[in-house]
Formats: sequence, structure tokens, C-alpha cells
Amino acid sequence: MSALLAIEALERAFGGVRAVDGASFRVAPGEVHGLIGPNGAGKTTVINLVSGLLQPTAGAVVLAGRAIQGLAPHRIAALGIARTFQNIRLFPDLSAEDNVIVGEHLRRRPSLAARLFMLPAAGAEERAVRERAAALLERVGLSGRRGEQVKHLSYGEQRRVEIARALAAEPRLLLLDEPTAGMNPVEVQSVAALIRSVAAEGHSALLVEHNVRLVMDVCDRITVLNFGKVIAEGTPAEVARDEAVITAYLGGPR
Amino acid sequence: MGEWLADFFATYQSTLAYIGLNSLLALSVYATLSCGQLALGNAGFMAIGAYAATLLTKKAGAPFPLALAASVLLPAVVAVPLGLPVLRLKGVFLAIATIGFGEVVRLGIVNWDYVDGAQGIVAIPQKTSLWMIWLALALALGLFARVRGSKWGFALEAIREDEPAARTMGIHTTAYKLAMLVLGAGLAGLAGALEAHYTFMVAPNGFTFARVVDMLVFAVVGGTAFYVGPVIGAAFLTLLPELLRELSPLVGIEPGPLRLMVNGLVLLAVILFLPEGIVSLPRRLRERRARRVAP
Repeated sequence: MSALLAIEALERAFGGVRAVDGASFRVAPGEVHGLIGPNGAGKTTVINLVSGLLQPTAGAVVLAGRAIQGLAPHRIAALGIARTFQNIRLFPDLSAEDNVIVGEHLRRRPSLAARLFMLPAAGAEERAVRERAAALLERVGLSGRRGEQVKHLSYGEQRRVEIARALAAEPRLLLLDEPTAGMNPVEVQSVAALIRSVAAEGHSALLVEHNVRLVMDVCDRITVLNFGKVIAEGTPAEVARDEAVITAYLGGPR
Repeated sequence: MGEWLADFFATYQSTLAYIGLNSLLALSVYATLSCGQLALGNAGFMAIGAYAATLLTKKAGAPFPLALAASVLLPAVVAVPLGLPVLRLKGVFLAIATIGFGEVVRLGIVNWDYVDGAQGIVAIPQKTSLWMIWLALALALGLFARVRGSKWGFALEAIREDEPAARTMGIHTTAYKLAMLVLGAGLAGLAGALEAHYTFMVAPNGFTFARVVDMLVFAVVGGTAFYVGPVIGAAFLTLLPELLRELSPLVGIEPGPLRLMVNGLVLLAVILFLPEGIVSLPRRLRERRARRVAP
């Protein structure tokens, strides 16, 4: 099966530090792919390189056969990649619903001309946009907090708004950067179920996560990074048995 | 009643005109502020609009509507090649670069003999009526009102709140920022043309850095979270000197310096006690009352 996303010998250096150092892996269509590794392994850098917020110093990012490294973030988004952020980057003064509406940007038809002349089409489009946003917030369990400014929401709620905002673009590939950080166990369970249901609809996901239980439960395949290099790849069971992974996480005999 | 109204308009005509003009100028700064960009080239755009329209009516004898159209279009066109490089800058660096642009325009006019340099152009035909200024303001407000809530409006808010995050939502941030710079330039140019044909004269010393600071203060005092704010700020700070005129003999300070002092105090008070501007006052009072009821 051909890959939806192929990372090929990807490299990104910050000064003398190679945060990502020749990493290669593939994400198949409809797959939930875990990206794990110790702190500083380069996981978030990979997410930033794929979404275009960083440019690679070498290597390629290929989405459905098309090289996308070096493209502007808005063009990469238009090709079907949406993301969440490790350090939550919602629009703090906007309501939860308005945040999700911004996420629908790529799916909306330009409504300004119709609005200027107050055509009914503009009103219909806006109602549809609001309904979609409301449905997405219900899906992440936040229908009761639609109108709340997101800066007043709890940490876990903010993370769920971010997921809803990313889903609003109907992405082919969803990049989730530690979506359950700071969540309680109940919330983690609901996010796990959400990720599975999103994958069941045919979206792929690349999941960076420290919660090993979640990664093992949710992912089809896992890539393990350490010092910017891929040290293991396989199914959750294979990765859990891997000597190099155990050494990287726990330290090994010298 | 009719007589009283006529009397009122005769007495306060110029104040009413300046409320409208200053509102347009405040909105021209608000245009870029609404997507988080502090661009301060608007005195330059205003000068381009004022001189373009004046040359058309006075030297070429063109009809006034054509001159007004030129006063919108010429600054808007100039804003494109200016914006493409300078909108890469952020925050105070964008402000400095655009202030530089305004000074270049002003000094260019000072050294341009055809328009009598620093002396300026006098005896411009009086073509601007009060209703034109207020119609222009109504149209500008209508435009901002319709942008709010559209795909475009949501994109602007997203850029203001977090530009990199907005880009990952597929928002072409450079295009939106450029569009708002162009819109602001057009509004400033229109205000310049209307003012020139209202006061019969233009001179480069009307387009100094102090002028753009005035526009910014109108917007900040009124509040920049909402397009009505800049208009409230402009109206308030334009009316204030009229009230101070009565006050000035009592405190023994000339009206001119007194106006500057009071403007400074108002700005300070707003930044300290009402950082979101006068428009946020009703909401603040409501919140305070709610706190008192339910502690």
C-alpha cells in the first residue's frame, strides 16, 4: 500500500544541534501512527517540519506522492494537513465556537461579496458553518461551552477545542502533538476513543504522545525517535519488546 | 425647531466635519490593527490622496467624484509595493518602517516645486460638503460591519490572535495583511482629499508624524477590539477641545497647549484604567455589577 505521508531522510539542524537527523518513516492511509521517544528526541520538530512552520535543512516530506517540504504553512494546510500544538495555540479571546469556525477556513466559500450586498446566500453559508462548528464541539464533548472565551476553559477543554479546530478542516492527515498532556484519565480515555473514531472515518493521524498506555492502545504502528534518529519501528507489541527502545527510555548496561 | 437646527449646524459645522474626517482616519489605522499590525504610514497615504485630488481639481479641472476616486485608488496602489516587503516585519519594526514611508512622502512633497513645496497649495475649490464626509464614514463603517463575521473577518481575528497558528489553518496571512494595509491606505487618502477640499488648502506640515500619532490615539482611546471604537475615540477627542475652549480662560492656559495636555491625560487614563478603550466601558460596568451581586 502506498503511503499517505513519507518522511525521507529528514534533517533539521539548529546551530550545531541536529534535532532531526536523517529520520525516515511512512504513515499509511487511515493509519494512526505513533511518534514517541524521550524528551528532546525531535518529535515536535518533525511535526513542525511536516506542517511547514519549520523548513528542513535536508530530506523530503512527501504527501500522497507530492513533495511538500519548503511550502508555506497555509499551502500545506490546503493540501490536507491539520495540526494541534503541544503548547496550546488557540485564539484566546475568541469563543470555542469561533475558534472552530476559523478551522473551517479552507472549506468555506468566500462570503464577503455576498455579505456586502446582504444576499441570503451569505446567511445560509454562515448558518452551515456554525452548525458544523457546533457538531464538532459536541463530538469532543464541549457542546455546553460553545460561547465561552477559550481562555476561560480548563486545560483539558482547551486541548479538545484544538482537536475540534483541526478536524474542522477535514484533513487527510491530522498531526496531534501531545493531545492529552495535562488531562485527567477520564479525558484521556475520551480522546483515545475520538482518535479511533476519526481514523475509522479514513483520516490518518500522526500522534506524538508521552502517555505510553494511550499510544499502545490507539496506534496501529509506532516510530521511536532518539536524538533525531529512528531507532525502532513496528506495531505496538514489537516496539515494546525492542532492546534499543528499552535502552533509550530506561538506560541500559554499558 | 428648524431654526435651532440650522443654527446648530452653522455653529458646529467644522466640528462635525472633523469628527467625520478623524473617524475615517482612525478607521484607516484600525484596518491594519484589526489583524494585529501596527502600520503607521497613514499620514503619507493621506498626503498622497490629498495631493492627487487637489492636482486633479485645481490644476486639471477634473470633476470632484473623479478626484475622490483617485484619492482612494492611488494610495491603495502605492500600498501594495510598500506592503509586500514591510509586512514581513513585526511589531515595532513594522511601525518604524511605515513611519519612514510617511516621512519620505512628506519630504518628497516639501522638495517638489510643482506643488510649491513646503508652502503647500492654497485656494483649492471648496467641493466637500458635510454630507459627503458622513456618507464616506457610513460606507466605511458598513464595510467593516459586513467584514465582521465573514470568512475574511474570522481570518483577520485569527491573525491578530496568533499568526503562525492562523497559517496552519490554511489562512494566507500575507494576503489578508496586505488587503488591510491597502484598505487603510484608501481610507486615509479619501480623508485627505475630503479635508483638502474642505479647508481649501494642503501643505506637507499637515502630514507629519504627529498626525499619524493622532490617528492612533483616536483608535486606542476608543478601543480597537471593535470597529465602532475608533469612531467613538475620534468623536470624543475632537469634541473635547470645544469644551476646553470654555475652560481655558479659567485655568489660564492657551487652548492649543491645553488640548495637547488633556489628550495626553486621556490617553494615559485609558491605557491605565480602560486598556480596551471606551467601547469596553459598558461591558466593564456590567461585569463589575455582576461581581458585586454574586461575590
